[in-house]
Amino acid sequence: MTRKRRHSLPLIVGGTLVGFIALMALISIFWTPYSIQDMTGGRLGPLSSHHWLGTDKLGRDLLSRVMIGARIAIAVGFGSVLIGAILGVILGLVAGFAQRWVDESFSAMFDILIAFPTLLLAMLIVAARGASLTSAIIAIGIGMSAIVARLTRLLVKRVLAKDFITASRASGTSWARIIFIHILPNIWTTLIVTFALQFGFAGLTEASLSYLGLGAPPPNASWGSLLQEAQATVLTSPVAAIAPGVLLVCLVIGMNLVADGLRDVADPTLRRSR
Amino acid sequence: MKVLEVKDLTVQSGDGSKVVSSVSFSVEPGERLGLIGESGSGKSMTALAVMGLLPAELKASGGLLLGTGKDAPRQIIGAAEKDLNEIRGRVASIVFQEPLTALDPLMKIGRQLSEPLRRWKGLKGEGLQKAIISALAEVSINKPERIAASYPYEISGGERQRAAIAMALACEPSLLIADEPTTALDVTVQAEILALLDTVVSKRGMSLLFISHDLAVVSRITDHVLVMKDGSVVESGSLTDILRSPQHPYTRDLVASAKELDNALAIAKNSGGI
Repeated sequence: MTRKRRHSLPLIVGGTLVGFIALMALISIFWTPYSIQDMTGGRLGPLSSHHWLGTDKLGRDLLSRVMIGARIAIAVGFGSVLIGAILGVILGLVAGFAQRWVDESFSAMFDILIAFPTLLLAMLIVAARGASLTSAIIAIGIGMSAIVARLTRLLVKRVLAKDFITASRASGTSWARIIFIHILPNIWTTLIVTFALQFGFAGLTEASLSYLGLGAPPPNASWGSLLQEAQATVLTSPVAAIAPGVLLVCLVIGMNLVADGLRDVADPTLRRSR
Repeated sequence: MKVLEVKDLTVQSGDGSKVVSSVSFSVEPGERLGLIGESGSGKSMTALAVMGLLPAELKASGGLLLGTGKDAPRQIIGAAEKDLNEIRGRVASIVFQEPLTALDPLMKIGRQLSEPLRRWKGLKGEGLQKAIISALAEVSINKPERIAASYPYEISGGERQRAAIAMALACEPSLLIADEPTTALDVTVQAEILALLDTVVSKRGMSLLFISHDLAVVSRITDHVLVMKDGSVVESGSLTDILRSPQHPYTRDLVASAKELDNALAIAKNSGGI
């Protein structure tokens, strides 16, 4: 406790990057410069006061499309982290409490799911439900839940071995109550860091899914589909590829930094005493 | 009428090796029994078995009756967790060796203490706060308000062990099990904690099962002792008998080494060394 670290630099930088993208997403809900379907400019128009980022090969305003892309990235982040967190924490808790072969079967299941490529999982889900943003979110969320579950299992086992759990049981606390007052508070800081990290990766995975046409269908403009559209004309009008690419990098790096910063801030031994 | 009756208690690990074998003893209301043995002698496992808190990989067999007065004696081995939770803390409770790990690091002392008080006495709000403060005051904690608002890492080792004792006493148990409660503390604090246990046990008329590897410590607080070695009771009787004429070779060693230390201290004192 020699140093107070309420605000860490990574948290500020990461928060700014992610905040910028979130702001773009928020604004896009109420307003975009043009409708994403309107072909308002010339084809592959240059950067201008009317079209800040130029236009794409169909003459649609790129800034508007990138803004919608930000909204999709944020929605995918929240949606998949929500699914991954709920499913992962529940499965992890069950596996953490389980013994011997039950525990081992759970671990094996998590490992298989982690080894299973998210793209393949997404293809299966898309085949079953059709290509949509929801399918992408479900696929990413399920893939993520295995990572969360494996971590939760480990954390739960570690906390369960602590004396204070035995002490709490010795005073007659039920398991259900122990989970809420002792186990979850002792593992959530680590989990939050993972959720932040996974939020960024979810955006990246969604971009690859959209790139392959497994994400949100047109006219929805995910960063992945923007990249895919810009691919053919990348030499003549690079901005169309650079803009979504840079934003994607900002999102992933930003969430990584946020995760780093949260780890510093959440460390209870660095917490300020009253 | 007995608080605790242990008959042929055997604790086996998964591979069939016996951690505790055919241990029998009983504790009368108000009686103080010492359980002496080196580490690995099975004394702590005996204590955990009494509370029904053995790790999942250990299996207990034999008779273990806990309860007295209005709480009719109940068989602990094989009892459901729900039934055990009605006994734990209220009929018997336990104080562990290392108070730093026996308290949840992320929970303020007052909050931890409030759990059993709230559950057993149905207290809340103002009444609960008062009960917390008076519980801390009973274990001779100065400034109980400050301690109640502190995290375990913010207070001293002695204060932590006092807080842990306050938690064990919260539901007014008939039997207090103290598992090496002074081993992790330095010598002056050790003496204070022993004096505290002595006072509260007499004041409340509780029974005490005191577990230690140290004959000198046990001799200061109990009148009957049980000597354990390799999972079995090798000798039992009143403390004076055992000190005067130890029967088993292991007990003789224990007594001899305790006397040697005494003599060494006496010589050092006489020559002005200490």
